[in-house]
Amino acid sequence: MGLKLKLFMRSYPWRRLGEIAPARRVKELAGCRVALVSSAGLVAPGQDPYDFKIKGGDWSWRSIPGDIDVQSLTEHHRSDSWDHHGIEADRNMGMPLDRLHELAAAGVIGEVAPQHISVMGSITAPGRFIRKTVPEIVEALTADEVDIALMVPV
Amino acid sequence: MCPQTVGLVQGALEQAGITTTGATCVAEVSQTVGVPRALDVPWPLGFIMGEPNNAELQRAVLVQALALTDRDDIPVLERFEFSEEG
Repeated sequence: MGLKLKLFMRSYPWRRLGEIAPARRVKELAGCRVALVSSAGLVAPGQDPYDFKIKGGDWSWRSIPGDIDVQSLTEHHRSDSWDHHGIEADRNMGMPLDRLHELAAAGVIGEVAPQHISVMGSITAPGRFIRKTVPEIVEALTADEVDIALMVPV
Repeated sequence: MCPQTVGLVQGALEQAGITTTGATCVAEVSQTVGVPRALDVPWPLGFIMGEPNNAELQRAVLVQALALTDRDDIPVLERFEFSEEG
Protein backbone atom coordinates (compact mmCIF):
# COMPACT_ATOMS: atom_id res chain seq x y z
CA MET A 1 0.00 0.00 0.00
CA GLY A 2 1.46 3.39 -0.98
CA LEU A 3 2.08 6.17 1.53
CA LYS A 4 -0.66 8.35 0.05
CA LEU A 5 -3.24 5.57 0.45
CA LYS A 6 -2.00 4.79 3.96
CA LEU A 7 -2.40 8.43 5.01
CA PHE A 8 -5.87 8.52 3.44
CA MET A 9 -6.86 5.33 5.27
CA ARG A 10 -5.76 6.91 8.56
CA SER A 11 -7.41 10.29 8.09
CA TYR A 12 -10.68 9.47 6.27
CA PRO A 13 -13.77 9.82 8.52
CA TRP A 14 -14.91 6.19 8.22
CA ARG A 15 -18.61 5.54 8.80
CA ARG A 16 -19.05 3.40 11.89
CA LEU A 17 -21.78 0.81 12.27
CA GLY A 18 -22.39 1.78 15.89
CA GLU A 19 -24.20 -0.57 18.23
CA ILE A 20 -25.76 -3.27 16.13
CA ALA A 21 -27.28 -6.39 17.57
CA PRO A 22 -25.37 -9.19 15.82
CA ALA A 23 -27.44 -11.79 13.98
CA ARG A 24 -26.28 -15.09 15.39
CA ARG A 25 -26.38 -18.19 13.26
CA VAL A 26 -29.12 -20.52 14.41
CA LYS A 27 -28.83 -23.33 11.86
CA GLU A 28 -25.93 -25.71 11.40
CA LEU A 29 -23.50 -24.33 8.82
CA ALA A 30 -24.14 -27.41 6.67
CA GLY A 31 -27.79 -26.34 6.41
CA CYS A 32 -27.16 -22.67 5.59
CA ARG A 33 -27.88 -20.85 2.32
CA VAL A 34 -24.92 -18.56 1.60
CA ALA A 35 -24.71 -15.43 -0.60
CA LEU A 36 -21.59 -13.49 -1.57
CA VAL A 37 -21.36 -9.68 -1.40
CA SER A 38 -18.50 -8.36 -3.52
CA SER A 39 -17.27 -4.79 -3.96
CA ALA A 40 -15.03 -5.60 -6.93
CA GLY A 41 -17.33 -3.88 -9.43
CA LEU A 42 -18.18 -7.12 -11.24
CA VAL A 43 -20.91 -7.08 -13.89
CA ALA A 44 -22.68 -10.01 -15.60
CA PRO A 45 -23.00 -10.17 -19.41
CA GLY A 46 -25.78 -7.81 -20.55
CA GLN A 47 -25.71 -5.66 -17.39
CA ASP A 48 -24.67 -2.00 -17.43
CA PRO A 49 -21.09 -1.34 -16.34
CA TYR A 50 -20.50 0.87 -13.31
CA ASP A 51 -20.28 4.58 -14.10
CA PHE A 52 -16.85 5.94 -13.21
CA LYS A 53 -17.98 9.54 -13.76
CA ILE A 54 -20.45 9.76 -10.86
CA LYS A 55 -19.03 12.10 -8.26
CA GLY A 56 -18.70 10.37 -4.91
CA GLY A 57 -18.93 6.93 -6.56
CA ASP A 58 -21.54 4.83 -8.40
CA TRP A 59 -23.89 3.66 -5.66
CA SER A 60 -25.83 1.15 -7.79
CA TRP A 61 -25.68 -2.63 -7.43
CA ARG A 62 -25.94 -5.68 -9.69
CA SER A 63 -27.58 -9.03 -8.99
CA ILE A 64 -25.26 -11.86 -10.04
CA PRO A 65 -27.04 -15.21 -10.64
CA GLY A 66 -25.66 -18.07 -8.55
CA ASP A 67 -25.44 -20.39 -11.54
CA ILE A 68 -23.47 -18.03 -13.79
CA ASP A 69 -20.01 -18.92 -15.16
CA VAL A 70 -18.01 -16.69 -12.81
CA GLN A 71 -15.29 -16.11 -15.42
CA SER A 72 -17.92 -14.49 -17.70
CA LEU A 73 -18.18 -11.54 -15.29
CA THR A 74 -16.34 -8.36 -16.24
CA GLU A 75 -14.68 -6.04 -13.74
CA HIS A 76 -15.55 -2.33 -13.71
CA HIS A 77 -13.85 -0.79 -10.71
CA ARG A 78 -12.51 2.73 -10.99
CA SER A 79 -9.97 2.62 -8.17
CA ASP A 80 -6.26 2.43 -8.95
CA SER A 81 -5.40 1.96 -5.28
CA TRP A 82 -5.45 -1.82 -5.69
CA ASP A 83 -3.87 -4.26 -8.13
CA HIS A 84 -6.48 -5.52 -10.63
CA HIS A 85 -4.35 -8.33 -12.05
CA GLY A 86 -5.60 -11.00 -9.66
CA ILE A 87 -9.26 -10.53 -10.59
CA GLU A 88 -8.36 -10.23 -14.28
CA ALA A 89 -6.71 -13.66 -14.04
CA ASP A 90 -9.51 -15.29 -12.01
CA ARG A 91 -12.88 -13.68 -11.14
CA ASN A 92 -13.05 -15.88 -8.04
CA MET A 93 -10.58 -13.38 -6.57
CA GLY A 94 -13.46 -10.89 -6.37
CA MET A 95 -16.50 -13.16 -6.21
CA PRO A 96 -15.49 -16.75 -5.29
CA LEU A 97 -18.59 -18.43 -6.73
CA ASP A 98 -16.74 -21.55 -7.92
CA ARG A 99 -15.37 -22.05 -4.41
CA LEU A 100 -18.82 -21.59 -2.86
CA HIS A 101 -20.27 -24.25 -5.20
CA GLU A 102 -17.43 -26.60 -4.17
CA LEU A 103 -18.20 -26.04 -0.48
CA ALA A 104 -21.88 -26.79 -1.11
CA ALA A 105 -20.99 -29.96 -3.04
CA ALA A 106 -18.72 -31.03 -0.15
CA GLY A 107 -21.52 -30.44 2.37
CA VAL A 108 -19.65 -27.68 4.25
CA ILE A 109 -22.54 -25.28 3.57
CA GLY A 110 -26.14 -26.13 2.71
CA GLU A 111 -26.50 -24.35 -0.60
CA VAL A 112 -25.40 -21.50 -2.83
CA ALA A 113 -27.95 -18.66 -2.85
CA PRO A 114 -29.81 -17.96 -6.14
CA GLN A 115 -28.32 -14.44 -6.42
CA HIS A 116 -25.19 -12.68 -5.20
CA ILE A 117 -24.49 -8.99 -4.75
CA SER A 118 -22.02 -6.87 -6.68
CA VAL A 119 -21.21 -3.25 -5.87
CA MET A 120 -18.32 -1.00 -6.84
CA GLY A 121 -16.65 -0.20 -3.57
CA SER A 122 -15.07 3.09 -4.52
CA ILE A 123 -17.80 5.17 -2.86
CA THR A 124 -16.37 8.22 -1.09
CA ALA A 125 -19.79 9.81 -0.52
CA PRO A 126 -21.94 6.93 0.73
CA GLY A 127 -25.21 8.85 1.38
CA ARG A 128 -27.17 7.55 -1.62
CA PHE A 129 -25.66 4.11 -1.19
CA ILE A 130 -26.92 4.00 2.41
CA ARG A 131 -30.40 5.38 1.61
CA LYS A 132 -31.14 3.51 -1.60
CA THR A 133 -28.82 0.59 -2.30
CA VAL A 134 -28.35 -0.92 1.15
CA PRO A 135 -32.11 -1.40 1.77
CA GLU A 136 -32.50 -2.98 -1.70
CA ILE A 137 -29.70 -5.46 -1.00
CA VAL A 138 -31.20 -6.34 2.40
CA GLU A 139 -34.60 -6.87 0.75
CA ALA A 140 -33.13 -9.08 -1.98
CA LEU A 141 -31.22 -11.36 0.39
CA THR A 142 -34.12 -11.51 2.86
CA ALA A 143 -36.50 -12.54 0.05
CA ASP A 144 -34.03 -15.27 -0.93
CA GLU A 145 -34.00 -16.52 2.69
CA VAL A 146 -30.22 -16.22 2.89
CA ASP A 147 -28.77 -17.44 6.19
CA ILE A 148 -25.20 -16.14 5.79
CA ALA A 149 -23.87 -13.27 3.69
CA LEU A 150 -20.14 -13.58 3.04
CA MET A 151 -18.46 -10.26 2.37
CA VAL A 152 -15.64 -10.01 -0.14
CA PRO A 153 -14.37 -6.43 -0.09
CA VAL A 154 -11.67 -5.51 -2.57
CA MET B 1 -13.41 2.61 0.52
CA CYS B 2 -14.36 -0.95 -0.11
CA PRO B 3 -14.20 -2.16 3.47
CA GLN B 4 -16.51 0.74 4.37
CA THR B 5 -18.93 0.07 1.50
CA VAL B 6 -19.12 -3.61 2.37
CA GLY B 7 -19.22 -2.83 6.09
CA LEU B 8 -22.31 -0.65 5.61
CA VAL B 9 -24.09 -3.54 3.86
CA GLN B 10 -22.89 -5.92 6.55
CA GLY B 11 -24.37 -3.84 9.38
CA ALA B 12 -27.75 -3.54 7.68
CA LEU B 13 -27.90 -7.27 6.96
CA GLU B 14 -27.14 -8.08 10.59
CA GLN B 15 -29.94 -5.77 11.69
CA ALA B 16 -32.27 -7.61 9.34
CA GLY B 17 -31.29 -10.91 10.96
CA ILE B 18 -28.87 -12.21 8.32
CA THR B 19 -25.60 -13.48 9.78
CA THR B 20 -22.58 -11.95 8.07
CA THR B 21 -18.91 -12.76 7.90
CA GLY B 22 -16.12 -12.00 5.49
CA ALA B 23 -12.49 -11.35 4.81
CA THR B 24 -10.46 -8.16 5.03
CA CYS B 25 -7.10 -6.94 3.72
CA VAL B 26 -7.24 -3.86 5.95
CA ALA B 27 -8.05 -5.10 9.43
CA GLU B 28 -7.73 -1.67 11.04
CA VAL B 29 -10.42 -0.22 8.74
CA SER B 30 -12.77 -3.16 9.39
CA GLN B 31 -12.20 -2.61 13.10
CA THR B 32 -12.88 1.12 12.82
CA VAL B 33 -16.05 0.55 10.78
CA GLY B 34 -17.06 -2.03 13.40
CA VAL B 35 -17.95 -5.13 11.38
CA PRO B 36 -19.05 -8.05 13.59
CA ARG B 37 -16.91 -10.81 12.03
CA ALA B 38 -13.87 -10.57 9.77
CA LEU B 39 -11.01 -12.79 8.71
CA ASP B 40 -7.76 -10.82 8.49
CA VAL B 41 -5.91 -12.07 5.41
CA PRO B 42 -2.20 -11.36 4.78
CA TRP B 43 -2.47 -10.20 1.15
CA PRO B 44 -2.65 -6.76 -0.46
CA LEU B 45 -5.86 -5.08 -1.71
CA GLY B 46 -7.07 -6.90 -4.81
CA PHE B 47 -5.83 -10.27 -3.51
CA ILE B 48 -8.32 -10.89 -0.73
CA MET B 49 -8.81 -14.51 -1.84
CA GLY B 50 -5.07 -15.20 -1.91
CA GLU B 51 -3.97 -16.29 -5.35
CA PRO B 52 -5.68 -16.54 -8.75
CA ASN B 53 -6.61 -20.12 -9.69
CA ASN B 54 -5.47 -21.51 -6.32
CA ALA B 55 -8.72 -23.26 -5.40
CA GLU B 56 -7.34 -24.85 -2.22
CA LEU B 57 -6.17 -21.52 -0.80
CA GLN B 58 -9.38 -19.73 -1.84
CA ARG B 59 -11.53 -22.45 -0.25
CA ALA B 60 -9.51 -22.17 2.97
CA VAL B 61 -10.30 -18.43 3.13
CA LEU B 62 -14.04 -19.11 2.75
CA VAL B 63 -14.02 -21.98 5.26
CA GLN B 64 -12.23 -19.90 7.90
CA ALA B 65 -14.47 -16.88 7.29
CA LEU B 66 -17.57 -19.10 7.59
CA ALA B 67 -16.19 -20.66 10.80
CA LEU B 68 -16.36 -17.22 12.45
CA THR B 69 -20.16 -17.55 12.45
CA ASP B 70 -19.72 -20.15 15.24
CA ARG B 71 -18.30 -17.55 17.56
CA ASP B 72 -20.19 -15.68 20.27
CA ASP B 73 -17.42 -13.21 21.20
CA ILE B 74 -18.40 -10.47 18.74
CA PRO B 75 -16.67 -8.46 17.28
CA VAL B 76 -14.40 -11.22 15.97
CA LEU B 77 -11.27 -10.38 14.02
CA GLU B 78 -9.16 -13.45 13.41
CA ARG B 79 -5.99 -13.98 11.37
CA PHE B 80 -6.08 -16.35 8.43
CA GLU B 81 -3.83 -19.37 8.88
CA PHE B 82 -3.10 -21.73 6.04
CA SER B 83 -2.14 -25.33 6.63
CA GLU B 84 -2.23 -28.38 4.34
CA GLU B 85 -5.52 -29.35 5.96
CA GLY B 86 -6.90 -25.92 5.01
